[in-house]
Amino acid sequence: MSANEPPLLLRVEGLSKAYPGVLANDAVSLSVAPGQVHALLGENGAGKSTLVKMIYGLVRPDTGQMALHGASYAPADPHAARAAGVAMVFQHFSLFEALSVAENVALGMEDPPPLRQLAARIRAVSDAYGLPLDPGRIVGDLSAGERQRVEIIRCLLQDPKLLIMDEPTSVLTPQEVEILFATLRQLAAEGTAILYISHKLEEIRRLCDRATILRGGRVVGECDPREKSAHELAELMVGAELKLTDRAGRHAGEVVLVVAGLNLAPSSAFGPSLKDLGFTLRRGEVLGIGGVAGNGQEELLAALSGERPTSRGSVTLKGEDISALGPNPRRARGLLAAPEERLGHAAAPDMSLTENAILTGTMRRPLTHRGFIDRRAARAFAREIIAAFDVRTPGPHVAARALSGGNLQKFVIGREVLQAPEVLVVNQPTWGVDAAAAAAIRQALLDLAAGGAGVIVISQDLDELMEISDQFSALNEGRLSQPRSTTGLTLQEIGLSLGGAHGMKVAEAVT
Amino acid sequence: MIRLIARPAPSRFWLWATPVLAVLATMVAGAVLFAALGTDPLEALKVIFWDPLLGANAGYFRGQLLIKAGPLMLIAAGLAVGFRAGIWNIGAEGQYIVGAICGAAVGLAVYPAESVLIFPAMVVAGALGGWAWGMIPALLKNRFGASEILVSLMLVYVAQNLLAWAAFGPLKNPAGFGFPGSRNLQQYPSAHNGELIAGSGLHWGGVAALAALVGTYVLMSRHIAGFRIQVAGDAPKAARFAGVAPARLVAFCLGLSGALAGLAGMFEVAGPSGQITDAFGAGYGFTAIIVAFLGRLNPIGILLAGLLMALTYIGGDMAQLMLRLPAAAIQVFQGMLLFFLLGFDLLTNYQVRFGGRVGA
Repeated sequence: MSANEPPLLLRVEGLSKAYPGVLANDAVSLSVAPGQVHALLGENGAGKSTLVKMIYGLVRPDTGQMALHGASYAPADPHAARAAGVAMVFQHFSLFEALSVAENVALGMEDPPPLRQLAARIRAVSDAYGLPLDPGRIVGDLSAGERQRVEIIRCLLQDPKLLIMDEPTSVLTPQEVEILFATLRQLAAEGTAILYISHKLEEIRRLCDRATILRGGRVVGECDPREKSAHELAELMVGAELKLTDRAGRHAGEVVLVVAGLNLAPSSAFGPSLKDLGFTLRRGEVLGIGGVAGNGQEELLAALSGERPTSRGSVTLKGEDISALGPNPRRARGLLAAPEERLGHAAAPDMSLTENAILTGTMRRPLTHRGFIDRRAARAFAREIIAAFDVRTPGPHVAARALSGGNLQKFVIGREVLQAPEVLVVNQPTWGVDAAAAAAIRQALLDLAAGGAGVIVISQDLDELMEISDQFSALNEGRLSQPRSTTGLTLQEIGLSLGGAHGMKVAEAVT
Repeated sequence: MIRLIARPAPSRFWLWATPVLAVLATMVAGAVLFAALGTDPLEALKVIFWDPLLGANAGYFRGQLLIKAGPLMLIAAGLAVGFRAGIWNIGAEGQYIVGAICGAAVGLAVYPAESVLIFPAMVVAGALGGWAWGMIPALLKNRFGASEILVSLMLVYVAQNLLAWAAFGPLKNPAGFGFPGSRNLQQYPSAHNGELIAGSGLHWGGVAALAALVGTYVLMSRHIAGFRIQVAGDAPKAARFAGVAPARLVAFCLGLSGALAGLAGMFEVAGPSGQITDAFGAGYGFTAIIVAFLGRLNPIGILLAGLLMALTYIGGDMAQLMLRLPAAAIQVFQGMLLFFLLGFDLLTNYQVRFGGRVGA
């Protein structure tokens, strides 16, 4: 409790950082006490990443000061930050898949001890913090949760005073989240402060004892998240009232897509294969497929989009066997898809939004005449997407990579939705997307279903699936569970069906 | 301290300024090279770049310019399409040689018959020969995942041996007193690819080169197929999502660049060269790689780059002749051009800052 004014660990005062065209941080101040789990809340582009990058020495502030343990603190680079006791676990892991856990940890250390000693220390730390991890295993064989443990243990070996975590739960199953939270609580009890960045408001309410809310680079509020509802926190973040998703107006109609006996070899050496998948999708219905990414999600999307043809009779659209057809014939028949990886898969990074509209839009929109591209029509289509989905960008000439993740995702989803699909398959539609954009995307998917299309949402965000889907099914290690109606299904039931086959120590974490 | 800062988008200015800068840097470094070899550097540069265009005998050399630039542009036009898709055909030289052998073989097989159909048949044979030679790396890549870079390059050496075998064996001139080399097609009217306008250096190969440049321009900047080729090079996964079948793309790109290289070889053997000899391959297939990149894989750029490289060929020959510069010096000179181009390419994607603070 903060009643007896504990000494501060980190004090940030008036930190500003300008990039060409944007003020990423504008006189940001916050203070973190030892043992505090401090949430940093904000939409994409609110300045959370810039702030922690300055604390971690990756970016130097233009003005303002920081103090650590009461002494002036201005790290020139991450080495200096680590030496001062500040560690960070990034959202995207920097691990070598072909190396072992111990080797990966050694690569991230300033002067690593011999591997055998290091392995012993990894074991000791992983036991002490309830993070089961075998130092000899190859990282490529690990689940996302286990990979994150490698990163966390790498940090813990440096004995940090402040641990920064950027969106740590986005890749975890509910059980893995529980294990992580237990570890973080233990660390906090030992006096380590944790700066926790997340979009997931329920998690913040459960884990954090302080929250600083950023919007547009400024601190707009501080609160105890346990005293606020998730909806209140979201509105603080967005700075406006948020509508609740409207599920009305949908009726399950005729069957539009049938998948039966779908098998597919893995797309990478470390991916799972799809094993005998089957389900039916009706018009007006949203089928939610839960599960942690890397369990066949990408393969399922590729099999449905037509990027990877499957055996005869495995995918039937409106009574026609389309298993052997490629993406464009499927688009022509009304089956559209939006893959998880926005830059590089759903969109070509260096190409303009107009060109990215051409990428999938030529089959259902008149963007070409006898194969020749009608630039004007393509530009108009791109503009239409930008306007209809509130994509924040100077115009359709801008390269896809210049857009923020949330804006590009709105563009990608908008591009498919505006082509009036009869079946739309989306993988991780709101991954790394801010609350307002995520709400808009979910509503667009529901509206599409209300208009008579079948929608398949593959997501690891279970709250999201519970919010929008009618049927729920879990994809785990390439196997799909029997779809169940979401009415009456509890999160705990789903969680168990997802995590159970993971081969992890689940039981000790779930109480 | 020199620091590189990534640009948010590639600079359009530097995209076109780097080739010019590379040419200038090559001239400077070339001057140093020539000076080290004991030649007056300014004199050498004048002989290479000035005399062929505006010197005393420029009238003759200007014709040579198109003769040399034609095959370079024709081959580079095809290579550029593949390079944009990220398919690296390094073996155009081999496809050029095989195209020449096939084209010449058709003409020589019917010698001395006269017909207007002979030359078109040779054109088709040349294109097919180059196409087939290009399809070998394509098939191996699609079937076994073999690198098209290595396979196409190694097939150049196979083609060179094939050429020697043809010149000493089946295509040898029966009336040649035992000398290696085929009959001279320049003396066989139905097969001869002569100048279309006397003294211009323009033969059917030059026309084909211009047609290829226009064709690839329309393909790459107007047509959906060219758009998909471009996507395949920029973002392979996005291309697959857009419906590009990788195997078909590989076959198309290697087939197209092979066919155009084969055509170039056929026009050369039926025209300026005249006969199949073991010394027929003059390195056009390799130089065309430099032309394609110097021209930014863009047809208009390739047109200019082809003329420039042709100039260094002609000027280089003159420098060898008049200044006694070794042939290797000229090759180093051409190689430096690609080296500087790739080096300066950094400027399109990065800003260079001298000194200053970290993390500005």
